[in-house]
Amino acid sequence: MRALCYHGKQDIRCDTVPDPRIEDPRDAIIKVTSCAICGSDLHLYDGFMPGMENGDIMGHEFMGEVMEVGRGNTRLKVGDRVVVPFTIICGECEQCRRGNYSVCERSNRNKDVADKVFGHTTAGLFGYTHLTGGYAGGQAEYVRVPYADASAVKVPSTLTDEQVLFLGDIFPTGWQAAVACDIEPTDTVAVWGCGPVGQFAIRSAIMLGAKQVVAIDNVPERLVMAKAAGAIVIDFDQESVVERLNDLTQGKGPEKCIDAVGLEAHASRSIDSLYDRAKQAMMLETDRPHVLREIMYVCRPAGTISVPGVYGGLLDKIPFGAFMNKGLTMRTGQTHVNRWTDDLLRRIEEGQIDPSFVITHRASLEEGPALYKTFRDKQDGCVKVVLRP
Amino acid sequence: MSAPLSRQPADPTAHGIAQALGWFSIGLGVLEILAPRKMARTLGMPRARGVLAGYGVREIASGVGLLWAKDRRPWIWSRVGGDALDVATLATGLGRRNPQRGASGLAMAMVLGVTALDIFCAARLSAAPGRSVPVRDYSARTGWPHGAAAARGAAGDFRTPRDMRAPPGLRHLNGGSAQPT
Repeated sequence: MRALCYHGKQDIRCDTVPDPRIEDPRDAIIKVTSCAICGSDLHLYDGFMPGMENGDIMGHEFMGEVMEVGRGNTRLKVGDRVVVPFTIICGECEQCRRGNYSVCERSNRNKDVADKVFGHTTAGLFGYTHLTGGYAGGQAEYVRVPYADASAVKVPSTLTDEQVLFLGDIFPTGWQAAVACDIEPTDTVAVWGCGPVGQFAIRSAIMLGAKQVVAIDNVPERLVMAKAAGAIVIDFDQESVVERLNDLTQGKGPEKCIDAVGLEAHASRSIDSLYDRAKQAMMLETDRPHVLREIMYVCRPAGTISVPGVYGGLLDKIPFGAFMNKGLTMRTGQTHVNRWTDDLLRRIEEGQIDPSFVITHRASLEEGPALYKTFRDKQDGCVKVVLRP
Repeated sequence: MSAPLSRQPADPTAHGIAQALGWFSIGLGVLEILAPRKMARTLGMPRARGVLAGYGVREIASGVGLLWAKDRRPWIWSRVGGDALDVATLATGLGRRNPQRGASGLAMAMVLGVTALDIFCAARLSAAPGRSVPVRDYSARTGWPHGAAAARGAAGDFRTPRDMRAPPGLRHLNGGSAQPT
């Protein structure tokens, strides 16, 4: 089969690789009908996440048709149309039973490595380093889905691929980011980053009834897309984020702040990011946490910070004094996708939201490597790429 | 504010080179400030150490400007100007009386190479000053099939799970008290 494979930093190729096969009775083999390039794939592409190996199959946003099921999988049958969450879950361990799916205790088959790096393992992820299990990803014609009876989400034929594909990651991720803020009708919610997750966090905050939602970025077309949803937009190249947010909140700061940027904040738009970039070059720091610093500074005392943006390792110069003395709360983590999928699928069916708004580029798998670069460089108005194997 | 629907055309190659030159500039500047005496001795120009330290400040300023500024053009041209100063300074060390003229010659060759790169980069960045190209217009991409008014608060039936509720101290007062009981 054809698949997009990692061959080193900024080197993704469309290779011919062996077809996947059933390895466990709970497995299923899916024929991928649509898959997407995620912003967090770019952290792998740019070499910020350790644990990738030559030939690893990329991708963790995909959906398709069930082609084969293991003999222990009684929930799925051949021909079912499913979206597969990016977190691999057993559905049985203590964390899964609590709904904390992204920290499933059993699905990471490289648990020992994760235990050493993070203290305790997190869930296995598709196409996302050997630290999270080294599972083959979904930017391919076929993919093996472990624990498919627990994780795969059946979707009705009345909805298109483009309407439901993002149930596997970015829609629940943006939704969880907003839910973690416990939004009230009087709240100002500020969202840093208007990439795909940011766009869904903005829309989720609006659906959850925030008084005003403020979107922060510097890419014009992304700001236009955020404004189209009803957000107030701040172009950080044009004005001071802190001053504008204080103006919008009578000097008190937003109650709820969402970091949808993560570890790759712009390296050349603030002094502290330049500092981070220099430390990265000397291998003294792994991430560029400019957004976290700004959020801790501007967030209203007793406010909530929600961090769906991916961080990878060690962060420097975090203003923890502000965080502690202002009594802020932070919620973060990879998304507990299966906790939200049924509810969000219903909202799509009811027409509350159509997630396909975010797709700007459609292409074949073979065009994938070039589109990684287009997406990374934010060229050609690229916000979200969907590939059809 | 209304977000612009146009922006400067990006030249990823030129901007990549400019960024690399920015870091190079900072690195060289730091070296010139930290070790001007040793550099001056290596070049056979011991009396130039004050000049070299000054050039270090200039290099760092150019580097930070290149990395930080939205418009990189003035900063890359400032590097070209700085290159001219470097060439003029090094030329004084190429005379026969300088026992280290070999090192000065090598430094001159390197500066000329970097100068060529600076000029190439400056020319590329200045190729179409002020020209804008339209970006895609996503103003109709609301994501709301039933319109924006229907979307606001559409998920009002959602109940936040207990583990994700906001601290009581931030709950809406609604005229009363939000203190935890």
